[in-house]
Amino acid sequence: MTDTVDNAKNTPDQEQPYRELGLKDDEYARVREILGRRPTDAELAMYSVMWSEHCSYKSSKVHWRHWSANTTPEMKAKMLAGIGENAGVVDIGDGWAVTFKLESHNHPSYVEPYQGAATGVGGIVRDIMAMGARPLAVMDPLRFGAPDHPDTKRVLPGIVAGVGGYGNSLGLPNIGGEVVFDASYQGNPLVNALCVGAMRAEDLHLAHASGTGNKVILFGARTGLDGIGGVSVLASATFSGDEGGTESTLDPASGSSARKKLPAVQVGDPFTEKVLIECCLELFREGIVVGIQDLGGAGLSCATSELASAGDGGMRVELDKVPLRATGMTPAEVLSSESQERMCAVVKPSDVDAFMRVCAKWDVIATEIGEVTDGDHLVITWHGETVVDVPPRTVAHEGPMYERPIARPDYQDALVANGPEALPRPSTPDELRALVLRMAASPNLASRKWVTEQYDRYVRGGTVLAQPSDSGMIRVDEQTGRGVALATDCNARFVKLDPYTGTQLALAEAYRNVAVSGAEPLAVTNCLNFGSPEDPGVMWQFEQAVRGLAEGCKELGIPVTGGNVSFYNQTGTTAIHPTPVVGVLGVIDDVRRRIPTGIGAEAGETLLLLGDTHDEFGGSEWAHEVHGHLGGTPPRVDLAREKLLGQVLVAGSRDGMVTAAHDLSDGGLAQTLVETVLIGQTGARVFLDPDQDAFVQLFSESAGRVLVAVPRSEELRFTEMCKVRGLPVRRTGVVDPESNALEIQDIGVIPLTELREAWEGTLPKLFG
Amino acid sequence: MRVGAVTFPGTLDDSDTLRAIAASGAEAVPLWHGDADLKQVDAVVLPGGFSYGDYLRAGAIARFAPVMGEVVDAARKGLPVLGICNGFQVLCEAGLLPGALLRNSELHFVCRDQWLKVENNTTPWTSRYDAGAEIIIPLKNQDGRFTASQSTVDELEGEGRVVFRYVGGNPNGSVNHIAGISDATGRIVGLMPHPEHAIDALTGPSDDGLGMFLSLLDQVVSA
Repeated sequence: MTDTVDNAKNTPDQEQPYRELGLKDDEYARVREILGRRPTDAELAMYSVMWSEHCSYKSSKVHWRHWSANTTPEMKAKMLAGIGENAGVVDIGDGWAVTFKLESHNHPSYVEPYQGAATGVGGIVRDIMAMGARPLAVMDPLRFGAPDHPDTKRVLPGIVAGVGGYGNSLGLPNIGGEVVFDASYQGNPLVNALCVGAMRAEDLHLAHASGTGNKVILFGARTGLDGIGGVSVLASATFSGDEGGTESTLDPASGSSARKKLPAVQVGDPFTEKVLIECCLELFREGIVVGIQDLGGAGLSCATSELASAGDGGMRVELDKVPLRATGMTPAEVLSSESQERMCAVVKPSDVDAFMRVCAKWDVIATEIGEVTDGDHLVITWHGETVVDVPPRTVAHEGPMYERPIARPDYQDALVANGPEALPRPSTPDELRALVLRMAASPNLASRKWVTEQYDRYVRGGTVLAQPSDSGMIRVDEQTGRGVALATDCNARFVKLDPYTGTQLALAEAYRNVAVSGAEPLAVTNCLNFGSPEDPGVMWQFEQAVRGLAEGCKELGIPVTGGNVSFYNQTGTTAIHPTPVVGVLGVIDDVRRRIPTGIGAEAGETLLLLGDTHDEFGGSEWAHEVHGHLGGTPPRVDLAREKLLGQVLVAGSRDGMVTAAHDLSDGGLAQTLVETVLIGQTGARVFLDPDQDAFVQLFSESAGRVLVAVPRSEELRFTEMCKVRGLPVRRTGVVDPESNALEIQDIGVIPLTELREAWEGTLPKLFG
Repeated sequence: MRVGAVTFPGTLDDSDTLRAIAASGAEAVPLWHGDADLKQVDAVVLPGGFSYGDYLRAGAIARFAPVMGEVVDAARKGLPVLGICNGFQVLCEAGLLPGALLRNSELHFVCRDQWLKVENNTTPWTSRYDAGAEIIIPLKNQDGRFTASQSTVDELEGEGRVVFRYVGGNPNGSVNHIAGISDATGRIVGLMPHPEHAIDALTGPSDDGLGMFLSLLDQVVSA
């Protein structure tokens, strides 16, 4: 029997499985208080999923004050929509608005790598569509356990194939991302997905359900039993790898426990999503959408409550009209299903026919399921009986908020005290030459080609830069050449050593990676991957990271436009390294002046090293790879220097003075040189500074540094510009097309073939 | 001169193909899978993608689309037709080209800049290239391994109907390194790599792909 509102009123003492659904005792009590009665099964399903950590941000929301406290009016002026919408939107000029967002799909991807990663891509793409934008490109920052661990061989190929299988089928180029290995991710890989989209500024669509009498239309795939409770199971405290996720034990409509459930991880159908994208874009062009919302985590529970509470508040939904692909589904199941490839739109009654015509053209199923009312309640009926009657804001926005205890971990002092100073360093030329090759072949620095070759980078014809470039670049306007560049970064070892500085280093690196392409950094998004918020040490890392990012953005003058938080990333009780992935978006007025990564585009180039190199090895790739060491302090961060560096690079690109540029980060100068010569397929001769230790020069990871190639004819002009602006610059080598080798003076000559074998051989050997 | 590009549900490279047609100087005409109407075009391109999700088998459902009836009829009467990637698979499924495309030998999707040798420059789609020219254009697919019976392969080789061949390594295990073939008239050509993604070195590895669209222009002008 269906649990109706009337039934709930008449049976106030009926036991409810709220704990199994992830609600705490006091949270359940609050639901009862809001409703003045016990919730129905369907209401309980809605509240439990919407008040989950994943949907409600209940542990992180209290720290969002750092964003607003650090956003100046000038920074705000660049945003057309910010935090709180599906994705942030920035004005890039020429009447174009660009929206971008990063999101996590960590837990599903561990349980079922292919589908977890695939639906992660699908979800972020729908977020971008929900802003009224055409998705332009995707990127995927990934983190895996130890490269030689057997489970990494299960997880990595599946995740890579899932990202590719879904994104490639959607016709969205994959223009970059990260692949990082660290044992801390062994039982908890990170799959973050970024999507960027563009629209004319006047076409911005927000998820508002206003206008009494307007119709609510569900369109896209049918609703099934997959992914039920996915959000609360997979992104919750109860998740552990041992439980797997092969079946959901949740059953809000108690009494049918014998029934076979589908996996809690959703299953994606990229073909349906591709058609849905084209259908949405045609609907936007026709101007017949009042409000639109994607169905992601928490499915219809989320879409109806968010649409209603963002509008005037009242909405009536006839849930039995939802097209299903399974028989016998209960209202609670229909509300919490996370079946993929669905969208929900609010449409004026006079436009419904036109809306249905567009959907029919694309063979997209569309069903009117309800309408906007003048009340302030979301009322959901099931075959005429009321099963949900709630104030929608209490579901979507007024969930619990916790001020979790914060404490600097006890181990932190010992970690910082255990610096890298005592680690044995190479000193002879032969040792240094061997180290260049060893580091180039290390899993974290080796070529990502084996991964990125599985992604389509060319589709839609707008990709100007993609991996292995420092940032991905997409042309937005074919007439003017205006485009955007994007980079995501995070060295989690730095964050572990010092969450505040480490997060600013992630910001600095992403900022720098955008600037080396010649684009001007404009806005920031983030995906904050952390352990359990119930651990005060994790909350300390989190609070430090948020504050570091917010204050860093203020110093750089670029706003945080949105973000995502993923907690409970841990294996057993051991948290991952705190991993606040930072994404920076930049704008370039003409993509034809982009700066490539590889040298050799012009005859006679000089290599200049911009910035200062210090003896900084705490958290470095060298300490990790060679010594398995993590301790000390991360490199210093100087955001004023990063800003200056960015200005010099943009000016250099504008004046045509720079023919190639590559930032220095993991692995230091040595790795930057390796990539610069191999990507450019051109040799070079490098001269180190005789007054500084060769090992420090080659492998230190000091921030704020870039290697640029300038034509010999521009060398003086560029060097003068740096000096005038106060940016240290050192002539560090020349490009040598004849040599087919990387020659580091006084250390040795490494033929490009030998270097390439080292750099490109590793991932195919591990996973091929 | 008007050149059409067909959009099936799941077609991905239609906008790139229309851009390449326009870049060659021809008029680019979008064609819709559900309309049995070729809009008086002088040639047709079937672009890449995953038509109908590649469900069942790549290209297997697209061949039944209303527009394909028109394409097959017109092709048999001499209309130049080019199938790129999924379009090549559709042409094989429709019986306009022999053979089939199987899963890549390494079993996963491959996207890379690929060198090709132009083996036949007498087709309407390749006349702008020198015989034996080597060009670099993107290859990106999951099911790109060309296969056919030995007698068919012998026939293709013997009649000069292998139009493009992979050089610098076989990326997917194709028989005889075959990247593209033609029908007996040379007017229907299918290839796995993507010339439409190589019309400008800014967004592709080269502009070598533009030659295919320019070749067509010569052909019809001189016809």
